[in-house]
Amino acid sequence: MPGTLLTLVTVLLALAWVFPLYWAFVTSIKPENDTVALPPTLWPQTVDFSAYTYIFQNSPVVRWYLNSVGSSLVITALVLLLSMMCAYALSQIDFRGRRWLYGLILAGFMIPFQASLIPLFILVNKLGLVNHMLGLILPQLAAPVAVVIYKQFFDQIPPALGDAARIDGASEVRVLFSIYLPLNWSITFSLAIVTFIAAWNNFLWPFIVMNDTSNLTIPVGITQVQSAYGVAYAKTMATAVTAAVPTILAYLIFQRRVTEGVMASAGLK
Amino acid sequence: MTTPVPLRSSPPPGPAGPGRAAHARQRALTAAALVVPFAALYVLFLLYPTLRVLQLSFTDADLTGAGRWTGTHNYARLLSEPTFWTALWNTVLFIVLTAVPNTLIGLGLAMLVLRLRRLKNVVLAAFFLPYVLPVSVVTNVWNWVLDSNFGLFNFVTGSTVTWFQDPVWALPSVAFVTIWWTVGFNILLFIAGLSNISPEIYEAAALDGASGWRLFRSITWPNLWPVTSLILLLQLIAQFKIFDQIYLLTQGGPFDKTLVLLLYAYREGFQQQHGGYASALGVVLMLAIGLVSAVQLALSQRGGRS
Repeated sequence: MPGTLLTLVTVLLALAWVFPLYWAFVTSIKPENDTVALPPTLWPQTVDFSAYTYIFQNSPVVRWYLNSVGSSLVITALVLLLSMMCAYALSQIDFRGRRWLYGLILAGFMIPFQASLIPLFILVNKLGLVNHMLGLILPQLAAPVAVVIYKQFFDQIPPALGDAARIDGASEVRVLFSIYLPLNWSITFSLAIVTFIAAWNNFLWPFIVMNDTSNLTIPVGITQVQSAYGVAYAKTMATAVTAAVPTILAYLIFQRRVTEGVMASAGLK
Repeated sequence: MTTPVPLRSSPPPGPAGPGRAAHARQRALTAAALVVPFAALYVLFLLYPTLRVLQLSFTDADLTGAGRWTGTHNYARLLSEPTFWTALWNTVLFIVLTAVPNTLIGLGLAMLVLRLRRLKNVVLAAFFLPYVLPVSVVTNVWNWVLDSNFGLFNFVTGSTVTWFQDPVWALPSVAFVTIWWTVGFNILLFIAGLSNISPEIYEAAALDGASGWRLFRSITWPNLWPVTSLILLLQLIAQFKIFDQIYLLTQGGPFDKTLVLLLYAYREGFQQQHGGYASALGVVLMLAIGLVSAVQLALSQRGGRS
């Protein structure tokens, strides 16, 4: 029965793959002393949520959480809106320089923002936006991916659909939002989930641009408390679990959407 | 007797009438209103810094951007700096340790997942889940699992290696964590690629007596090459820009054994205030990524033909 054996191996591999996450969660609900007890126990002797109460009371976790929620939601909404508008014009309106502009946006795929981190920081600093939410958000809106994906979708819609509305006197903005957008709800939703997860998880730019402890986003913030606790793994794991909850939930609830969004971003759809 | 009555008052579409120029202007205005918000941010925060990094790399600028023109001084210093070569070497080593295994493991796991029926979605979710985690969560979790004193891994294996502080093991350990974190993405892409190969090709080959390894070599692999090359390219580019995990797990240590290009640029730029020199490093990074894309593009085209 080699088939059953292969299935068994696959399932065991999958379990091994998520085990570190299980282990992090279990550690976070143990009393601090039990985390370093030998031999380690696969399930806590006593379930204890004090690591969570401790981090919520003694570190700015809540503040970082709000920073992350706020910035990620704003980034998601603006990325979708601005990309959709730009892509609609590139796809449906015949204006001078549109091929040129699209070429420029496609070229953005080759440009790693990490390579120009220094001038980006200098610029944001000159604009007075270091340590400012706008400094965190604005550079993250300049990604070309969503524009390209939307343009490909808009290109596939038969022009007759928009023309009919235009003849009836609808403005381009109206055509975009009441005809093209409803046809693209599915990809818009997928992109929204993927953009939100990416914004929530972004590390390098928030790490560079936010210096005050109270301004950090949660993925950057949790790296600060870790050293403050010393070897306190229940607390460290509690902060890790807290930071991971939104993306894990988003993924588990919208699995199909995430898959679709990832595929589209990778250029496979 | 019967005069045609216009049913609509709106002007007929097409190039006629005095409203044509006004119409075109109107259209250009609408287009501008739609395009400018994104385009302005794009030019300001992506294109402009890319050009500016070139310019800065020829100056001795600090983090305020002020500095004198120093010609190719930064590049000369870079080439004669042993730390640069260490960082370059470590980056290449890290790419070798991640890109190829990550692609092969991704393919292997994709094939295992694809043959499942009822458990397919659950198993796929298990492999993909780490990919949606913030990097600092990933590094915190693995710091705990691989802790040399209290970590589960050393307890089970009886090892005493301090994985992220060991001169030999630090880089492979970060590579391993990276693969655990990101392989789900490759699995997803490979599943898409594998599902696109038509079953008829397999049936025809099976009729000819091919099976197992032969099927994989003559059908799966060549048909999968476009996806494989895409994954390799994405991997190469991503690993050239490696920073987060290294910074969080090893800080480049021990003894610069895990110092990579972007971390070196970060140290020079943000910690030493050597903006010009760090910009030269940025240019090197940009060139390396451009080169990789070009080589990979050429390879994938050749592979696609064969």
